[in-house]
Amino acid sequence: MHIEILTDVFQPWQWLEQYESARRDVMAGQFGATSVFIGTMRDFNEGDDVSVMHLEHYPGMTEKYLQKIAEEAEERWDIQDSVILHRVGDVRPADAIVLVAVWSAHRADAFDASRYLMEELKSRAPFWKKESLLEGDERWVEKNTPDPGAERLIGTNK
Amino acid sequence: MTIAIKFFASLRETVGQAENSLNSSSIMTVDDAWREATNSMDMPANMLIAVNMEYVERGARVKDGDEVAFFPPVTGG
Repeated sequence: MHIEILTDVFQPWQWLEQYESARRDVMAGQFGATSVFIGTMRDFNEGDDVSVMHLEHYPGMTEKYLQKIAEEAEERWDIQDSVILHRVGDVRPADAIVLVAVWSAHRADAFDASRYLMEELKSRAPFWKKESLLEGDERWVEKNTPDPGAERLIGTNK
Repeated sequence: MTIAIKFFASLRETVGQAENSLNSSSIMTVDDAWREATNSMDMPANMLIAVNMEYVERGARVKDGDEVAFFPPVTGG
């Protein structure tokens, strides 16, 4: 399990390649499925052009909840390893915001666990986004909308 | 007793402060801490509350040395 808050731009595919390579001795042959989710910044939201997103978090509580969520996933599904990386600070269009990866023996556990991690991260981890619009205004993103397709996976913990 | 208070994101801007330290023997719950820290502002309906970095409900009790955080719905990911 690896949880990390990043203050600078990161390259998720490079990061994953290095992570897998560093863990080859313990991981190789153990997993048959890897599910990867990458959240990337758009240059538009709610009909407006967005130039920068300022990501704020609650240091300490964020790590604690990401850890908690990852532990819940490990208890519930048969997974070999999981990773959650999340940016804070100023994020620009096309920058990666979040990387969630799950390794497991079979695809169902990898798909479900990674979807669980993303949904729970979005509803429980204390991050907030403020958008700077191209025309100059700033506004807070007010809420995350739950993914209706993930309902069967979530809502059992707090 | 001393209670550390934190506000985040849009709520920090609305309240006009990021953190505060309260010294008062009359604070029993997070509602009391909110009233004391904000001069009895109305609590936003969708506000989230954490005591020592764990989510709690509004009436939750607080004790000396606790850190109480108030913040809007989270929007990470």
